[in-house]
Amino acid sequence: MKQSNLMAKIARAPYILWACIFIIVPLLIVVYYAFTDSNGAFTLANLGELTQYKETFALSLWYSLLATLITLLVSYPFAFFMSRKGPMAQRMMVLLIMLPMWMNLLIRTYSWMNILERNGIINNLLAFLGIEPLTMIGTGGAVILGMIYNYLPYMILPIYTVMSKIDPFLLEAAEDLGANGWAKLRRVILPLSKPGVISGIAMVFVPSISTFYISQKLGGGKIMLIGDVIERQIQTAYNYNLGAAISLILMILVLLSMAVVNRWAGKDEEGGVIF
Amino acid sequence: MEEKKNIIDMQNLSVVFEDGEQVLRNFNLSIRDGEFVTLLGQSGCGKTTTLRVIAGFIEPSAGDILFDGKKINGVPPHQRPVNTIFQRYALFPHYNVFENIAFGLRLRKVPEAEVRQCVGEMLKFVNLEGFEKRDITKLSGGQQQRVAIARAVINKPKVLLLDEPLAALDLKLRKDMQNELKNIQKQLGITFIYVTHDQEEALSMSDTVVVMHEGTVQQIGTPVDIYNEPQNAFVADFIGESNILDGHMRRDFLAHFAGKDFVCLDKGFAPNEEVDVVIRPEDVDIVPAEQGMLTGLVTGVTFRGVHFEIIVDIEGFKWMIQSTDYSPEGNRVGLHIEPDAIHVMKKSKYSGLYGDFSSYSDEIDQLSELTEEEE
Amino acid sequence: MKALDRILNGLIFFFLYAPLLVMVFFSFNEGRSTAVFSGFSFKWYIEMFTNRDTMLALQNTLILALLSSVIATLLGTMAAVGISKMRSQAGRSAIMTTTNIPMMNPDIVTGVSMMLLFVFVGRIFMADNSLGFLTLLIAHITFNLPYVVLNVLPKLRQTDRHLAEAAMDLGCTPLLAFFKVTLPAIRPGILAGFLMAFTMSLDDFVISYYTSGPNFQTLPLKIFSMTKKTVKPDMYALSSLLFITILVLLIMVNVAQAKADKQNQLNARR
Repeated sequence: MKQSNLMAKIARAPYILWACIFIIVPLLIVVYYAFTDSNGAFTLANLGELTQYKETFALSLWYSLLATLITLLVSYPFAFFMSRKGPMAQRMMVLLIMLPMWMNLLIRTYSWMNILERNGIINNLLAFLGIEPLTMIGTGGAVILGMIYNYLPYMILPIYTVMSKIDPFLLEAAEDLGANGWAKLRRVILPLSKPGVISGIAMVFVPSISTFYISQKLGGGKIMLIGDVIERQIQTAYNYNLGAAISLILMILVLLSMAVVNRWAGKDEEGGVIF
Repeated sequence: MEEKKNIIDMQNLSVVFEDGEQVLRNFNLSIRDGEFVTLLGQSGCGKTTTLRVIAGFIEPSAGDILFDGKKINGVPPHQRPVNTIFQRYALFPHYNVFENIAFGLRLRKVPEAEVRQCVGEMLKFVNLEGFEKRDITKLSGGQQQRVAIARAVINKPKVLLLDEPLAALDLKLRKDMQNELKNIQKQLGITFIYVTHDQEEALSMSDTVVVMHEGTVQQIGTPVDIYNEPQNAFVADFIGESNILDGHMRRDFLAHFAGKDFVCLDKGFAPNEEVDVVIRPEDVDIVPAEQGMLTGLVTGVTFRGVHFEIIVDIEGFKWMIQSTDYSPEGNRVGLHIEPDAIHVMKKSKYSGLYGDFSSYSDEIDQLSELTEEEE
Repeated sequence: MKALDRILNGLIFFFLYAPLLVMVFFSFNEGRSTAVFSGFSFKWYIEMFTNRDTMLALQNTLILALLSSVIATLLGTMAAVGISKMRSQAGRSAIMTTTNIPMMNPDIVTGVSMMLLFVFVGRIFMADNSLGFLTLLIAHITFNLPYVVLNVLPKLRQTDRHLAEAAMDLGCTPLLAFFKVTLPAIRPGILAGFLMAFTMSLDDFVISYYTSGPNFQTLPLKIFSMTKKTVKPDMYALSSLLFITILVLLIMVNVAQAKADKQNQLNARR
């Protein structure tokens, strides 16, 4: 017994060491950079500068909330119907939904740009029909569409997974006890699918609020989100301290949001499944 | 009892599944109010389907189902005055014991105070006081069973449907729950329709047993009738142990089988009509060879606790006899059969399929394999 | 309900696949545009295969993905085994929380935080540019590790602990028992973790963007730099080819799985 305990310790030691150095320490360094200036002296100036990005934060939050909500509203009924189909159909549909995720996000987004841009596919079609071209790139709608498109599978799949695990006899039992369609949804399906909804929300909201590529391409340079600000500070302005400060706030914002969602869901849930 | 009206009538019901499999054929059954009716049969015989037709989960492909004399085809399950105890209980994992039981009341928007009172009474009724806040997953099988009963019964259904409710419990608990269910039925005075493949359960609990096979009714009767007066070889073989022999009726009250004539109590057959003769193992007496109506060689003896199970070979047909007297293997013995031990049945499509114990152990193996496969 | 189901199905699949179809369609474009189709041609496929930069980026991506996922699978599997034997509840939950950080955190924060670490350490050693293949590899291993750990742990929990005990009872040393009994039992989890790590690494752009230097380019990084200007259809050709490859692979895996399921069902009946 002692021998196997020692072996277990040896087995997990490299991982613990790795996780400390490359997960925990980097976060501490983010904090360090956020509270120092370029010479390494303590300062609150970086955090003070954040006030000028208030609107950017608000816009990012608003867009990602909207994208998450729309994705949820579409995915929920879709996942439900999917979970009630035959095993072959379910397998096929999971495959078809996962497939686009294997295409690189940059390419997927760029392809949307081709569809929406001034000389893009939609406007070409409209011109063919004799309709004035529409301006889509550079609007908030285009950015939100990009978020929805890129992260829709991340909402559908976890919800589908929990729904497919709901015992059909539970639905029959509810019906047997007098529940009509609506009552079945409210009293059985919704509460039982909550863990999936939570992971879905997390998996759409987090990448949406922190994106920079989608806003760059579909926002046409007119729409700046938090991700864009961080990218600019780090990659063009080389202001690591300000970049770290914004990253820190973004991280806190995400953690707070997820805490709110988890609270709404009650603490009896384990957090659900991811795939 | 006889004067009670029918609560459920099923008339010429047929159910064909989407894959073309016919599970019920021209099925007729009437159930009187307040009865404890058991649908008994092997898996795949259509008993669960019948239950689901009554509950409303399956629409019959043809035929009518009447409740209290009114046709209820097409009425959705949530509007039918019946409730179901599901095979694995189907308790809601996201609710505690209290909320599971209160489920039906909550749907009907019953005031909170009344809900508390009713659930409290129900908990008392099923002996689960103090378990209100308990998580469903933290209950034992027997406790889950009680919650399932309470959850259904609290809605005061006119008919309670029970789909193999004891299948998931161990033997000891099953016996206790059998008594408890019977008591609950007596106290509530409502109709129970009970589905099982366990003949002992069916015989000990029911007022009426419906033996089913391949989607049709084989026999309807009281447990005693079913056991003593099986209508065909299938029922005789399925319920209890039996020796089933080919024979014919010489005339009323005289049957011929195993090469001899026997006085019996059956009549109404055509002269020399071919029949199946059933003799229960416990109704045969072993006597000294010279006194026996038949004589044969003992080929196997098994001690069963209360009695010995003795296999006697009489001209190639192996009889099973249950006796408290021991007869050693290899002994020549005589058999004595009283007239009231002989039961004569008309020939049916099941004739010749059952009856001989020559391949007794093989048969048991095959049977158990069959059930495994179906599950 | 049926109608809603149909409409949703149609809408969602159209929505998901329209951009992909656009991509495949324009990869065969004669002209340079990715919006106006001027004729059918394979020239962008040929161009792609002859473009040294693209091929190098593809090669880099594959090497990085393979290396990082193999190392992560080794480290992660060992870690899962070690964690599953942990007695202290507090220690275990501390490790699990740490494991979940890269999963929960926005990629951009993970990327920036690791970059800052590398820069910080680089400054100590007075290095000019500390970012490159090594830092990229470390970053990929780091974000791959949780996928392996979280896939293997549940399998370990499902494994009958008596199995290993039985093996030891029959004379195996604990280490031998692990290789003979436990490892085969958790193999599906290891494989799933490895595959997930591999694809995550293949696909990653954000974290790579912050942790790689100018001397080492992966495909997503190359795509990014190309999409800063107008993209030529050769990028679409490459993506289409990758897409078809993945499609074929997935279908093969699924068919194999369906067959295995059927076989299992048949075996269970016997």
